[in-house]
Amino acid sequence: MRDRPLRPPPAAPVIAAAAALVLIGAGCAAEPDPDVYTVMNSNTDEPYATWDQEAMDRCGDEIGVRVQQISVPADQLVPKALRMASSRSLPDVLTIDGSDLPQFAAAGGLVPLEELGLSTETLSEGAVSFGSYEGTYYGAARAVNSLGLFYNEEMLAEAGVEPPETWEELGTAAAGLTEGDRYGLAISALATEDGVYQFLPWLWSNGGDERELDSPEAVEALEYVTSLIDGGSASRSAVNWTQADVNDQFIAGNTAMMINGPWQMPVLKEHPELDWAVVEIPVPEAGGTPVAPIGGVTFTVPVNRDHPEREEVAARIVACMTTPEAQLDWSTKGSNVPVDPGAAEEYREAVPRLAAFADQVQTARSRTEYVGTDWNIYSQAIGTALQAALTGEAAPEDALARAQSQVEAELRSRT
Amino acid sequence: MTTIASNAPASADRERSRTPDPGVAAARRRRRILSQWLFIAPAVLYMLAFFGYPLVRNVVMSFQQYTPATYFTGEAPFNGLDNWRAVFTDALFGASLWHTLLFTVGSLAGQFAIGMALAVFFSRRFPLSGIMRSLLLLPWLIPMVVAGTVWRRVLDQETGVLNEALQGLRLTSSTIPWLSSPDFALLSVVLVNIWIGIPFNMVILYGGLQEIPKEIREAAVLDGASPLRAFFGVTLPMMRPVVTVVLVLGFMSTVKILDLILALTNGGPAHATETLGTHTYQLSFLQLDFGQGAVVGNVLILISMVFAVIYLRANRDGLGR
Repeated sequence: MRDRPLRPPPAAPVIAAAAALVLIGAGCAAEPDPDVYTVMNSNTDEPYATWDQEAMDRCGDEIGVRVQQISVPADQLVPKALRMASSRSLPDVLTIDGSDLPQFAAAGGLVPLEELGLSTETLSEGAVSFGSYEGTYYGAARAVNSLGLFYNEEMLAEAGVEPPETWEELGTAAAGLTEGDRYGLAISALATEDGVYQFLPWLWSNGGDERELDSPEAVEALEYVTSLIDGGSASRSAVNWTQADVNDQFIAGNTAMMINGPWQMPVLKEHPELDWAVVEIPVPEAGGTPVAPIGGVTFTVPVNRDHPEREEVAARIVACMTTPEAQLDWSTKGSNVPVDPGAAEEYREAVPRLAAFADQVQTARSRTEYVGTDWNIYSQAIGTALQAALTGEAAPEDALARAQSQVEAELRSRT
Repeated sequence: MTTIASNAPASADRERSRTPDPGVAAARRRRRILSQWLFIAPAVLYMLAFFGYPLVRNVVMSFQQYTPATYFTGEAPFNGLDNWRAVFTDALFGASLWHTLLFTVGSLAGQFAIGMALAVFFSRRFPLSGIMRSLLLLPWLIPMVVAGTVWRRVLDQETGVLNEALQGLRLTSSTIPWLSSPDFALLSVVLVNIWIGIPFNMVILYGGLQEIPKEIREAAVLDGASPLRAFFGVTLPMMRPVVTVVLVLGFMSTVKILDLILALTNGGPAHATETLGTHTYQLSFLQLDFGQGAVVGNVLILISMVFAVIYLRANRDGLGR
């Protein structure tokens, strides 16, 4: 043991650093191959990457170029794209989350798609607003998603419980389905986007919104979620659960219902023995409209000062990837909802099990609609308030009052 | 040098041969200095490129309004002390500082105490000690993120193995909210980090123990010292240099920890495990406020630097003696 080196020989980092230097140098010098176009996305999971490459190959054949996919983990996409922006090496097409689009648009990094000949005439209002920043259309979406209430059909039938439609019904159902080691409902209440995204339907459906976090509607929403956990119908571990963890709990039978999105489908499909269905998220009062956040990615064309002619080909790739047929194909495979109304209608028939999501996205709204590039400040404040209330560290009312002043202070320091 | 040389009998010859051509001597000296620098140059360049530049950039950045737009336009207007003021007036910074202190001191104390106990235990020879020692190295070989993810499952309040085991042994009646209560989360994170750090401490301290001649300890025991007294009076003082190395290196890797906490708790719940490391990560990469992120990063660098200086001084003393 003693004669073994305790630390790696110092040569290793030096070589690594030298190699990095060489690579950095090469990266700056490399001219893009005129026939190869790059699309950067966050499809690090299979089978999404394969499906996407198939779509890109098809579009490449149509246009007469080769389309190459670069995939980076979702949480590293924005930092990486920013670094690439500073060295002017952004890909020809950048696939970014709708909530990150304003950051890039506000920085002047994206080309308005209408300038490149992409029309918004045939698009639904929702699709245009999802990809727009301050009235300009920058990002073409092919599919969107939202949240729904998944339930275990067997467990609900056994307990004689109908899928809940209102907050009160959800509370009663969750309490009734809780027994032994099983909870009635599982949610994610992580302080990051996973949990914040799941809190928004309560906030928005109750008439609250992020610009006024200390409003009575917002307080009521947070009190409702807190009551589910305090009452024992949902686990306290929710503060540590990602949406994938929630899905695992649901599959393991540790919970009868869960709030989650259609992106869990690939994992759910691996468990055909599980009988589940989805309904829209319950609303405060019967007859109300559920308002959930809309999620999904958009195809954008980054400004390419060195090769402006490439922008137009990039736009053609974007157009090809987002035709109604391409949307339907992608959505049926990946369990998202097409943004094109016609395609969405066909989707409803093709995948009746997920029809609830097709309904939900009709009334869903984008997180950046009101607050644009400041969304991350609001998101951070909401996440903090959510956890403070759920862990009993602060009363919902105080937690939200604090969140509101936190946002105001942060906004002041930004201007 | 010259005084000694002038006294030596042979010096006259050498003096004579050198004096006629002072230029050659100077050139030779210059070449020697040049070759010395050539040997140091790669190291200096490396340090400047990979330590100096980022360090200076980070300090400058903390006085700039550095936003996503900066990456496109290259413009980052200076905003004086705005970033510093914003960070220091935020209650979360104070909390992060306090958590960092608790986390670091707690981790170091636990890692060191257990690592030392194991090192002493394994310094005797007994069957299978080699295999057991190798097994104890496992935590060191596992990537932090993997360890964090596994422990997150172990510590889960309802489905975690730990609570189930504790309840099975009837040690607790209700489940313990290891990671889901702000009161327990920091403690749990510290415990996991102790688990990760034990092998490092054990291996280095074990090495240090082997360096101490057995006779000295035996002599102390023969003189009537109890084993405990022999350890604290003889063994520990002789291990001082090794102990300094372990503690300072441990400190520097603990104070800036990020991946473990992100994997375990994400800084939560309710910011209970927010440290300077996670705080700077969130400011920079989630809020995309790189200026404020740089401020917290600078504070971290400053803290590490203080301990690096202590380490260098301790090392120099050790070499000097």
